[in-house]
Amino acid sequence: MSANLDGYEAVIGLEIHVQLRTRTKMFCGCELSFGDDPNVHTCPVCLAHPGSLPTLNEQAVRYGIQIGLALGCEIAPRSIFHRKNYFYPDNPKAYQISQYDIPLARNGRLGDVRIHRVHLEEDAAKLIHVGESGRIHGSDASLVDFNRGGTPLVEIVTEPDLRDAASAREWLQLLRSTIKAIGASDVNMEEGSLRCDANVSIRPAGSQELGTKTELKNMNSFRFLERGIEAELERQVALARAGEPIEQETLHFDPRTGTLTPLRSKEYAHDYRYFPEPDLVPLAPSKELLDEARASLPELPAQRLERYQSELGIPEAQAKLLAYDGELGDYFEAAVGAGTEASAKGLANWITGDLTARLREAAGEEGEVHAADSRVTPQAIAELVAMVEAKQVTAQAGREVLAKLVAEGGSPAEIVEREGLASISDSGELEGIVAAAIEADPDAAAKVREGNMKAIGPLVGYVMRETKGRADGGEVTRLIRKQLGLG
Amino acid sequence: MSIRELIELSAAEALRRITAGEISAAELFDAYAAVPDELNAYLWRAEPGAADGNGAGAGAEGPLAGLPLAVKDIFCTEGIATTAGSRILEGYVPPYTATSVQRVTDAGARILGKTNMDEFAMGSSNENSAFGPVLNPWDTSRVPGGSSGGSAAAVAAGLAPWALGTDTGGSIRQPAALCGIVGLKPTYGAISRYGMIAFASSLDQCGPLTRTVTDAALLLRELQGRDERDSTSVGIEGGVELPSREDLRGLRFGVPRELGPDAEGIEAGVREVFERTLRRIEELGGEVDECELPHSRHGISAYYVIAPAEASANLARYDGVRYGMRDPDARDLTGMYERTRGRGFGAEVKRRIMLGTYALSSGYYDAYYGQAQRVRTKIAEDFRAAFESFDFLVTPTAPTVAFELGSKTDDPLAMYMNDYCTVPVSLAGVPAISLPGGLAQPDGGGPELPVGVQVIAPAFTESKLLDAAYALEQAIGFDARPPGFGGGEA
Ligand SMILES: [Zn+2]
Repeated sequence: MSANLDGYEAVIGLEIHVQLRTRTKMFCGCELSFGDDPNVHTCPVCLAHPGSLPTLNEQAVRYGIQIGLALGCEIAPRSIFHRKNYFYPDNPKAYQISQYDIPLARNGRLGDVRIHRVHLEEDAAKLIHVGESGRIHGSDASLVDFNRGGTPLVEIVTEPDLRDAASAREWLQLLRSTIKAIGASDVNMEEGSLRCDANVSIRPAGSQELGTKTELKNMNSFRFLERGIEAELERQVALARAGEPIEQETLHFDPRTGTLTPLRSKEYAHDYRYFPEPDLVPLAPSKELLDEARASLPELPAQRLERYQSELGIPEAQAKLLAYDGELGDYFEAAVGAGTEASAKGLANWITGDLTARLREAAGEEGEVHAADSRVTPQAIAELVAMVEAKQVTAQAGREVLAKLVAEGGSPAEIVEREGLASISDSGELEGIVAAAIEADPDAAAKVREGNMKAIGPLVGYVMRETKGRADGGEVTRLIRKQLGLG
Repeated sequence: MSIRELIELSAAEALRRITAGEISAAELFDAYAAVPDELNAYLWRAEPGAADGNGAGAGAEGPLAGLPLAVKDIFCTEGIATTAGSRILEGYVPPYTATSVQRVTDAGARILGKTNMDEFAMGSSNENSAFGPVLNPWDTSRVPGGSSGGSAAAVAAGLAPWALGTDTGGSIRQPAALCGIVGLKPTYGAISRYGMIAFASSLDQCGPLTRTVTDAALLLRELQGRDERDSTSVGIEGGVELPSREDLRGLRFGVPRELGPDAEGIEAGVREVFERTLRRIEELGGEVDECELPHSRHGISAYYVIAPAEASANLARYDGVRYGMRDPDARDLTGMYERTRGRGFGAEVKRRIMLGTYALSSGYYDAYYGQAQRVRTKIAEDFRAAFESFDFLVTPTAPTVAFELGSKTDDPLAMYMNDYCTVPVSLAGVPAISLPGGLAQPDGGGPELPVGVQVIAPAFTESKLLDAAYALEQAIGFDARPPGFGGGEA
């Protein structure tokens, strides 16, 4: 899927906005709203009435600090709020209170990506444009819903350390799970509580210089982020090949067509006239707050990944799936702790592999059902894996049990019993079936006897058919070789 | 008591009589409400009898016991139109009340009316009000000063016993001086700014305009205090004591060379009253010596960068979207902004918005805003250094007595120089009081008009400042009333 960069290297940085899950807005006491009637969560402050003043939400500061710490940043002993000035109806004060030259946190790292800065700001109100254009220019009318206005935001800016679209997507997933683990946000891209813009440029592979970058906006899912960056890289490479310059511009991703269109320069070329917000005193977190924020951080995905690999010996790809999806990781840990003999590696394999695939299959077009919300309890998957590992059921029979569990829940042991899926433990019975297989296909038996081990397939297949998969493959092979005088 | 006798009472004296049961708060309220406003001091006035609707009867509760109060129209008052002197807020009725107003009404004060002012507090003559200038009760051909001109004129003319004003670069002290009353600008942070319509947020401060120093203390005592809704408010530690000092023994008064009687543009009459006041200080046992505030001569320049810069952002919210005026003929968004703001704002407001926008713009920020902030820091350091050698600093409040209407409207720089002695104090954030020093003729002759003397103190030492000002007030014994007092009927 990766774009053919033809001797060029991609340089990608992300700019992420996260809506914090505080009870109230950033600078006033209005509650955050989810799907309420328009303009019910408003007050003189968030409607910018004359004379009103902002006061800083402590919980937002605490979340901001926790995010900064989780990203390995230095927390500024004294950070400053600025006014970012621009006229727009979704911005009632005509300035957004944000942080500028002294942000809350900076100089961190998450995974392979360095964090440039983390700062606090407020969200804009929501505009609904009536009429054809869908934008404010040329619409018949525009309505403003101030419920969202003033929602606390954390902005995270990375260094341009990403080199391809897939890594950008994977890294954003790590960031999302990190913030989710803290509980600071719902981090839902479709709902807009996680928004990601990308700064994209290319340069000749091996060069240290940075090319002209473009800013990509409106990629409101992980898939769109990857597709948007892919499309932009292809466009830039094509321009470079043709010897044409790359313009610095802001591009809007259209999810319907998967294409990028430049925003009219008028819509983003601003002189924001930043200056320090005189209505707020500098933010100087107390040592108590810092200590408390640090102490109450949960185990973070990056730490989980490290632990899963080094302590539990889980392969990186599976460990990532578990560590970056906090709920799946919790599910996995519950299964590990369920008191069965199942190995952690086996559980990781089954949970990230068969279970995830089955659930996806069962959910179909409706979207994914998460393991934690499925009928398969951590206890059940642990019992099943333990049975497979003890060879009480074969892997194939285990998959059948899993399908039943996904469909109707219950206990694996009961399903095995009811469906007669237990491995054939009676070696006399199995010896008989093996003998029948050799008799049924003498050609194959002869080839195997001559040393052509590929020919064993049809013989094993016969046994599996006869036993309905309840025989252990290794044991069947051993018995065939034995009966053919090879063992 | 007659109306005249009632409105002659200071707030403290009226309070004593209400508490003693000699007069009723409603009677006092109605007396003030009955005085005709011939000065255009009020933009909105309560009717006589409205004190009850206002919650004030005889024996009203609280330390202010139903005393009537005029409130500058820059304070939001729930249910009462609030314009800040601007067309753009015409018809705006705030859904909430400013903390300062709430505090004094909770303490028992009753709102007599909302006073006229320079539009968004930008001006030194009250000629920038969208609703016409306020006239000076001493001479109605002259300005009352600004921007709290309506409040100053109302208190001086017997239209209110006292009033709330705001001071950004001198907007309480200068009109108090020009109208012959007391005006106090407290330390920045002493009183909540919540609900006070912002001009320049880092400088704006609420304060009392009164006829006596004791009244200023009485009102400040209720106004001050930390407010959770204003992060920059801290209140005055230990509260405010009512003044009682009778001498100035052991106190050192510095006269800054740069802002003193010999500074440029100080009228002869002002100088004379000021020098007489210095002799009074010495007679009371105070020491008077010259001192230096070397950077204060850059005060006006720094102020006219910082204040307009903040104003350009503070006034950007008046866009016609949510409240106030909206031009009905606009065809699109940009047109709505341009036409609403073009028609809603007056010339001086537009001038300052443009100045401030320019000072903050990319490429100019450091040369203007950055430089002005550095000057501000230097000025504040000058004051700190001076207060190591002096308890107080004294200057004339304004370089001239009240000037004639229209005489400076075409010359913004000359107008700005009115605040030459008050602006450095605002930039330093420290408290200062203006009290009447006496009467003097303007340069060029004419009837005698009030001259104000400014006493400046270190941050949050309002009680000491009021104490010293009280001793000086008693020694000066200023008791002249303007000819227009009480509607002109002596
Ligand atoms: Zn609100």
